[in-house]
Amino acid sequence: MTQSFVGETLSWELNDGCLELALHREPANEIGLQTLAELELFAAAHETLKDQAHALIMYSTVKAGFSAGADLRDLYGQAKEMGFANAAPRVRDFLTRIHAVLNMLDASPLTTIAAVHGVCFGGGFELALVSDLIIADKMARFCFPELRLGLIPGFGGIPRLKRDLGNGIVRDLLLTGRSINANKAQAIGLASQLVGEGDALKVARFTAAQVKKFDRATSTVAKRFLKPIPYAELRQEIETFCELFTQPAVEAGLRKFVESTDAQPYLP
Amino acid sequence: MKTIEQIIDEILNLASTHFNVDRASLSPDDDFFKTLGIDSLQALSLLTRLENHFSVELPDYEVQGVSDFRTLAERIEARL
Repeated sequence: MTQSFVGETLSWELNDGCLELALHREPANEIGLQTLAELELFAAAHETLKDQAHALIMYSTVKAGFSAGADLRDLYGQAKEMGFANAAPRVRDFLTRIHAVLNMLDASPLTTIAAVHGVCFGGGFELALVSDLIIADKMARFCFPELRLGLIPGFGGIPRLKRDLGNGIVRDLLLTGRSINANKAQAIGLASQLVGEGDALKVARFTAAQVKKFDRATSTVAKRFLKPIPYAELRQEIETFCELFTQPAVEAGLRKFVESTDAQPYLP
Repeated sequence: MKTIEQIIDEILNLASTHFNVDRASLSPDDDFFKTLGIDSLQALSLLTRLENHFSVELPDYEVQGVSDFRTLAERIEARL
């Protein structure tokens, strides 16, 4: 298995025991079919390379941020082409595949670190949530805007938020769809470290160097205690998402987003 | 307690610095989307910079539809 890869949407490299996954799809690392396919390649590589590594860092090389989430323009275009009522099987297939990747990352024996700057919205937020540690640039911003589309987050967002954070902020984030900054993210226990503008990757590498000093098997066992994976709720999320997807409000919400020229199109 | 004029002044200074716009060209009643030429992602960046500068939380829905510096300052004043 190659120790590095450069794809259309992401790249990875194993360097001195630290596996680094870089998202590089302009403009904002929207997660569509190509990103999913390359994440699956990464998941396969991770299985092979994990015994040679101690940490995994996920970050973005794109100025806009970590990820703006699912590629809604692609989703809308495909669903419109086949008819929203008929699109549920394809949506289910996409969700099942991305859940498999995210569950694998969540359960990784490595210490996983998301170095987050800029937008970390929706599916991008859900990708960050599988990591053990989130290191947030002070300009990072986190949001679950899905309810404005008539949907719930579909990449494991609610089960993992419930696992990691208190009820008050989970409900606030989901039910208002508001975005929060990195200060708030640290205050609520989402981000483990708050760092200066442009410093998240650097600090993530310092952190990876620190965890390398520990016995890997012990860290892996500790993770099982610290971070149980809510598999039943994750499966239920896929079912609920697919049920909601065929509702007329979703088509209207997606169309409004795709056609919007509003300066704040993520807002309801 | 900051006055609304002080808040406006600080917003204009911050916008000028971070979006490379001549401070003298900015007025309180300007449409900042047009004056600064910013898109939705840059608007989020501005929101974050304002929150960090004034040490406040500004929920997106409280600034939804706000496009001039003066009204933005009023929203911030309500959170100080």
